[in-house]
Amino acid sequence: MTENISIFPGTPLNEKDFEQKKTLFNLDELDGKYAWDTGVAIGRYLESLKNGVILGVQCKTCGKIFVPPRTVCEWCFQPMDDFIPLQDTGTVNTFSLCYVTWDVKRIEEPQIPAVIEIDGASPLHGIMHMLGDAEPEDIHIGMRVKAVWKPSEEREGSITDILYFKPIEEK
Amino acid sequence: MGMRKVAVVGAGMTKFVRRAQETSKELTFHATRMALDSCELTIDDIDGVCMGTAPDAFDGIHMKGEYLSDGAGAWQKPYMRSYVGGGTGVFVPIQGWYHVASGLFDVCLVVAEEKMSSFYPHAQAAFVTIFDHTTERPLKPNLLWIFALEMNRYMTTYGITKEEIAQVSVQHKRNAADHPCALLGDADITLEDVLSSETLAWPVQRLDVSPVSDGAVALVLAAEDVAERITNKPVWIEGVGWNLDTAYWTNRDLAYPRYVENAARMAYDMAGIKEPRKEINIVEPYDPFDYKALHHLEGLQLADRGKAAQLYTDGIAARDGDMPVCPSGGLLGVGNPIAAAGLMKVAELFWQLRGEAGDRQVPGQPRYGLAQAWGDLMQVGTVVIMGRK
Repeated sequence: MTENISIFPGTPLNEKDFEQKKTLFNLDELDGKYAWDTGVAIGRYLESLKNGVILGVQCKTCGKIFVPPRTVCEWCFQPMDDFIPLQDTGTVNTFSLCYVTWDVKRIEEPQIPAVIEIDGASPLHGIMHMLGDAEPEDIHIGMRVKAVWKPSEEREGSITDILYFKPIEEK
Repeated sequence: MGMRKVAVVGAGMTKFVRRAQETSKELTFHATRMALDSCELTIDDIDGVCMGTAPDAFDGIHMKGEYLSDGAGAWQKPYMRSYVGGGTGVFVPIQGWYHVASGLFDVCLVVAEEKMSSFYPHAQAAFVTIFDHTTERPLKPNLLWIFALEMNRYMTTYGITKEEIAQVSVQHKRNAADHPCALLGDADITLEDVLSSETLAWPVQRLDVSPVSDGAVALVLAAEDVAERITNKPVWIEGVGWNLDTAYWTNRDLAYPRYVENAARMAYDMAGIKEPRKEINIVEPYDPFDYKALHHLEGLQLADRGKAAQLYTDGIAARDGDMPVCPSGGLLGVGNPIAAAGLMKVAELFWQLRGEAGDRQVPGQPRYGLAQAWGDLMQVGTVVIMGRK
């Protein structure tokens, strides 16, 4: 049918006309504020971060250890309440060097988000966090890293109580 | 299984553009009207309407399905909106399919629309809410991270180079030069252009990414006895599949999309396809990023793990190759108005299998085509297999 049609609808606007307000539009800001309850499992996770510990949870049925913790094992569809402390070290599963912020602004020094498989959790079970104290060119998948914590008096029960993960010197 | 056969009998689409003058309702109407006109039906012939559209956050309109209903022809009809993120465009024809296959409707409209430009200045920022509000969002993530992290894991696991991946972007954007609705078709783009484009989130560069867009696509589905009265060239929906992996994306194997494999196997079983690499003649895998097309071809069992790039290197994926990949130009070339982009792939199969794809027509007489999309929290696979008798 595309060969039978010569004109397709849809009118592109010129972005400049738009920015210079040569075309009409209605600009508004939606101000939505939310207070999310942390729930049982993530509540304990955050409380534990405040104490400098990354908390996981183990399924009694399949034995897998998950992080972040949750109250149901998806694999077995069984409840979980065996919360166990994990190490604050791990292995870089993957990483990126990101030169744009969340709202698409350019930055010179890259942010380095990563998935870090946490020691003590099941294989391939990681969390997203940042890498720091490292030269971008030295970072590689499989690199061993350790959490750098905020001073204990500044922790507030948030994922940002870990500032970032830094490389463990490989001997 | 006691189900009726279902055909696609008509299709319509708007241009995909960066910012459309038309509202989302107006785009929706254009595509829907064109689909009806293409098979000479009127809205009175339609028993029900399935609408696919992605996050309400783009438009800033709560209950966007209801907002779009007049444009979709839903007035005084059974109407339902489905949403599985990026997978929506290939899910909504599945939703239409089961309403017709079950016997509930004889003729059903399937419509997909996205207007991403309303989120100002850039839709990217709307995606931040897909990250977990408590455990991830305090890190100020952006959507590129997920793709960059997955791409790096995929490349490193299998030893795939940026050059191999960039071939995908080149081929899709070149294909799109022949699509009358394309936003980023470019017949002259080179590997060098992609590899030297601005780095956004390494390994992702500007030309590895599809553009945010506005656009709409619509199909008309009909039950078998009705379909053959409407058109002498029905294209049959032979198999459908969809599957969801864990929403804890940092707990998954990022190098291989298991959920796409599960969705594909469901669809192959239904279509009676035993050897997909021999039987699928055209494939439209979801390609919001160039590496994703490769990732998905592997999940679809159309290439061995880590080997999909070879299809491009060897010319198999070319429009005149043994298994053309994204002859439409894909999301990378035609554009990526989320839900509409997925349905565009199904519309492309409809036109290709009828031999009506114009300059994009693949040679030979393709028997089966497969369209796939991916989305939700990076973990849903949706698959439709279409066939011509």
